[in-house]
Amino acid sequence: MAWYERVLSVDRRLIYAAMGVAVIIPAIFTMHIPVTLSSEVRAVHEFTEEVKDGDILFLAIDFDPSTMAELLPMAEAVMRQVFENDGRLLMSSLSQFGPPMANELITRLAREYGKESGVDFVYLGYKPYPAITILAMGTDFRVPFPLDFYNQPTDELPMMAGVHNFDDVEGVIALCGGNAADMWITYVNAKYGMPVALGVTGVMAADYYQYLQSGQLFGLLPGIKGAAEYEQLTNTTGGEGLRGIPYQTTTHFVVLFFIILTNIAFFAQRSARARMRA
Amino acid sequence: MKMQIPLILVFMCGVAMLAQFMIPHEYSEDFFQYANDFVIVIGILALPVGIYSLMSNTVRKAQRDPKERPFALVTIGAYVIMIIGGMKAEWFFSPTSLSTRFFDNILIPAQATLFSMLAFYIASAAYRAFRARTALAAVLLVTAFVVMLRLIPLPEPIATWNNGLVRWILEVPNMAAKRAIVMGVALGGITYSTKILLGIERAYMGGE
Repeated sequence: MAWYERVLSVDRRLIYAAMGVAVIIPAIFTMHIPVTLSSEVRAVHEFTEEVKDGDILFLAIDFDPSTMAELLPMAEAVMRQVFENDGRLLMSSLSQFGPPMANELITRLAREYGKESGVDFVYLGYKPYPAITILAMGTDFRVPFPLDFYNQPTDELPMMAGVHNFDDVEGVIALCGGNAADMWITYVNAKYGMPVALGVTGVMAADYYQYLQSGQLFGLLPGIKGAAEYEQLTNTTGGEGLRGIPYQTTTHFVVLFFIILTNIAFFAQRSARARMRA
Repeated sequence: MKMQIPLILVFMCGVAMLAQFMIPHEYSEDFFQYANDFVIVIGILALPVGIYSLMSNTVRKAQRDPKERPFALVTIGAYVIMIIGGMKAEWFFSPTSLSTRFFDNILIPAQATLFSMLAFYIASAAYRAFRARTALAAVLLVTAFVVMLRLIPLPEPIATWNNGLVRWILEVPNMAAKRAIVMGVALGGITYSTKILLGIERAYMGGE
């Protein structure tokens, strides 16, 4: 068997093994990979930087544990930035398995920054049917969420005094691992005219660049790279976003190496066949 | 009559929601909220049907195939345990409760592991699929290669040049294609909805 045929019919377990090694290397060796900043991430950072001294940012945690590696670092970086500037957070979690995860994060950060539920942040929790819930929040947050996540009457929370709908927050940052992202654009931006930014997984990012150009999104955090850029902008040390970049880099190296290898073998095979025909 | 009543109901509801969307008035908002509550109620009513379907399918499979029995046991066991764990709000919030332990120690690692395995499948699929067999395949290959290069640290000025190229790919050809798809889907959606409203499309009633 010619070398190119051996390469083209390589056992897939070998590819899996190479990928496994690529994942393990950054876990053993400390690597510092520089992250270049993009304008879409910078826009989100600049917007959030203006949320200070009691201003309210709406943060949607619409993802499940399956995508937490990419999206949870974004959530943490945004929350830290808001709390450091004495801004306030209004949060919901419209993904089925997201609420406990979001609760763990906000509880940990609130403890770290000395923030109080109902005063410095309100976590509304989960309601089924994201589109309906988002539309109802456009009328009044109390309509879909008469009680917050901790079973406290939303209307009685000090932070909610005078806060009724999206008009009363500075903007919306939605971190989505699914199609809820479209709902935030369609309803909150198009219907209610609120500034919306998204944080999405790497594979979803290409779908949302069109909304940046049309101005329907003011910023975009694409995947783990978006999280790492955001952490770099907020000077977060030891964040999961920046820690994830070496893993992403080594695995992409492997994918690119295999793509080059398979194409070299493919063209070698084609030219060998052409020679045989001649 | 059996056919006409649902068709009339669909037409009336559709026209009412269409009118509601166009009328920015307090009454219109109240009506909208009322209609949304209906959707939630219908969803809740559908839940027992879903649970019944899951359980009956699991039991049927287990009866038919002994190999399926351990999986069925896990499905039913996890279902019952999570229901019990979520019965009281305090149990749900407590970091030491059964449902929190299940969530932290089983659901999160399971979902994360499944999603992580995509990396291995993507590497294998890329190896077999990204071959420049035709001109179009070559375009796809080069585009994917350039976009992936952005995630790898490159020396300057290649990094800046590549970032600009990736941005152009995402904002021009990608966006043009995406917009065409979205417009097509939207127009298709409008046509399909109009056909449902007018009673031309009746597949949702289970036939024709």
